Amino acid sequence: MAKSNNPSVSSKVQLGEVVVLRLDGLDSLVARLTALGFETKGPVVRDGAVVPGPITGVADLPVGVHDEQAPGSYRLTRGDDGRLFDWAVGPGSWKAEFFPPSQEVWRAVKVGDSMQFTESAPLAPLAIVGARPCETAALDVLDRVLKDGAHRDPVYADRREGAFVAVVECATPASTCFCSSMGTGPGIEGGFDLALTEIDDARGHRFVVRAGSDAGVEVLSVLAHEEALDEDLEARGRVLDQAAARMGRQLQTEGLASLLARNVEHPRWADVAERCLSCANCTLVCPTCFCSDVRDTSDLDGTLERRRVWSSCFDLEHSYLHGGAVRTSASSRYRQWMTHKLSTWWDQFDTSGCVGCGRCIAWCPVGIDITEEAAFIAASDGATPANAVSKASAP
Amino acid sequence: MSSSSSADVRPTLAVWKFASCDGCQLSLLDCESELLALAGAVRIAHFTEMSRATVDGPYDISLVEGSITTPDDAERIKEVRSSSRYLVTIGACAATGGVQALRNFAEPGSYARIVYAHPEYLQTLETSTPISAHVPVDYELHGCPIDRGQLLEVLLAFLAGRRPVIAGHSVCQECKARATVCLLVANATACLGPVTRAGCGALCPSIGRGCFGCFGPSDSANTPSLAARLRSLGTSDDDLVRLLQTFNAAAPAFRDEAIHSTPVRLARSGGQSKSGVEQ
Repeated sequence: MAKSNNPSVSSKVQLGEVVVLRLDGLDSLVARLTALGFETKGPVVRDGAVVPGPITGVADLPVGVHDEQAPGSYRLTRGDDGRLFDWAVGPGSWKAEFFPPSQEVWRAVKVGDSMQFTESAPLAPLAIVGARPCETAALDVLDRVLKDGAHRDPVYADRREGAFVAVVECATPASTCFCSSMGTGPGIEGGFDLALTEIDDARGHRFVVRAGSDAGVEVLSVLAHEEALDEDLEARGRVLDQAAARMGRQLQTEGLASLLARNVEHPRWADVAERCLSCANCTLVCPTCFCSDVRDTSDLDGTLERRRVWSSCFDLEHSYLHGGAVRTSASSRYRQWMTHKLSTWWDQFDTSGCVGCGRCIAWCPVGIDITEEAAFIAASDGATPANAVSKASAP
Repeated sequence: MSSSSSADVRPTLAVWKFASCDGCQLSLLDCESELLALAGAVRIAHFTEMSRATVDGPYDISLVEGSITTPDDAERIKEVRSSSRYLVTIGACAATGGVQALRNFAEPGSYARIVYAHPEYLQTLETSTPISAHVPVDYELHGCPIDRGQLLEVLLAFLAGRRPVIAGHSVCQECKARATVCLLVANATACLGPVTRAGCGALCPSIGRGCFGCFGPSDSANTPSLAARLRSLGTSDDDLVRLLQTFNAAAPAFRDEAIHSTPVRLARSGGQSKSGVEQ
């Protein structure tokens, strides 16, 4: 007979300590965060996809929902297993919560010859329950750009620093996932307030939970939890091993940055351009793409507004300088995106811009696969339009 | 005639109709909450859907609706151009020839013979062509109909002496901005969003319907690639052609793929179209 966990207690948890929460404990976590004044969000099912949304408890989560993903394709299926986190990431990333698609920069009313500025009301701090490891990795990447770099974005930084993040480790990556290659999953070792692993075996449906911050310790300590046993830790290990084995794709990262840097004339860019729609979906579902545009509008009643809106390197206007756009071809735009993500991002931010979430593969309407494009170029390193016949057709 | 005093310094606005349904110019009247303020900022000098009172030109800004389908209109648009400081076209007809450009793909006169008992009384051109094929155009607003927010934006930009903030990118960006789940990827819905110009706010996809391209091709539309994808998802060539040949049939990025999808039927080889209209 298996050992049972100690009865539920609410006691002070130590930083890094591992405990077990049951489903009612997870419910209490959501309630506790909301009671603390957070706007609590998590994965919810809407319009056939798992997307970020407001949650009030376990019932709002994707209970028994699973996904099937492939290049250009995403479908949800439903089971009766009651598992809450048996899916890989959907189209909406948590980026939008910190770096919204459209954000007021300032607003003013023209009164005579002067302008009266108005401040928008601050948002309630955000708590996320159910971000995946690749998603917090993506937020860490964004932090380097928008929070910790030379140009701190106050709106992003304030929202990010005030946020509470409970990660749920990945048990069932999709065929489009390659976080193992990028070192961002399926497990997580830091950069969270709480990290949960969903386990459903002979000893019950439960979550192995670690506190990774003082805020995490504080919240976890007041929830009814159990001491984690060796069996719980072993079960977590099995979940992560199985997840890594199920990883649908891989990206060979060794030497990748320099490979792409020396292949800017590779004929594959023109090949991708035949397929690429320049629709920008890849950049908008990407959890690390941060390009934006600033738009000024004036109204008849004298209201003036400046907004920051998402932009994309696939827009013709994105590279508009005086006289015209610099990147007029789809090949130059795809090359800009992919080489930035996998190569020049390192020069700029000392990290890869890709976390291996696979969204750009699944949500590309024509299924262009960044791992396949990288592998092709690696296999035909040095090809140019002039010698394309002999080298580019190699793999 | 206008009773306005000669001291009126408001810029003058004129609205002109060519081959069209009037829906786009009515968008001006749809600017309900802004209409009075707009009428205070510009002098509406010629807008016969609103008032029979008109003021002679020249005009500071002309909104031109409709395509050129008759010899008379081909001359009249030149007069409109010469009496307008700025000429802004409004809608799919004016920008690409509109739904009536389907005649461009049929035997000359074949549509007129179906619709009119005595087509011999008509004097029409063989094709429906955009305004820009006849006179220089300062700005084109797309859509069937246009978006009234975009119309206001163009007028506000004109009044403020700034560039209109209007995108040329795909509808996809509007879906993503409002967090609409992609119908094509998540449901295999035939959707022209990836090749269609934004401006509607991704209205149709937000209610679960694929984009049917009423704003015409985006500035970087790769229609052949999308068409290949839609075919692989089960869209028939017939459906594909109908999708591409609705409101912007003659826009090159849609026209070329439609012709490619049905080379025999669309060639002007004398054969009658099989479309439901003519059966």
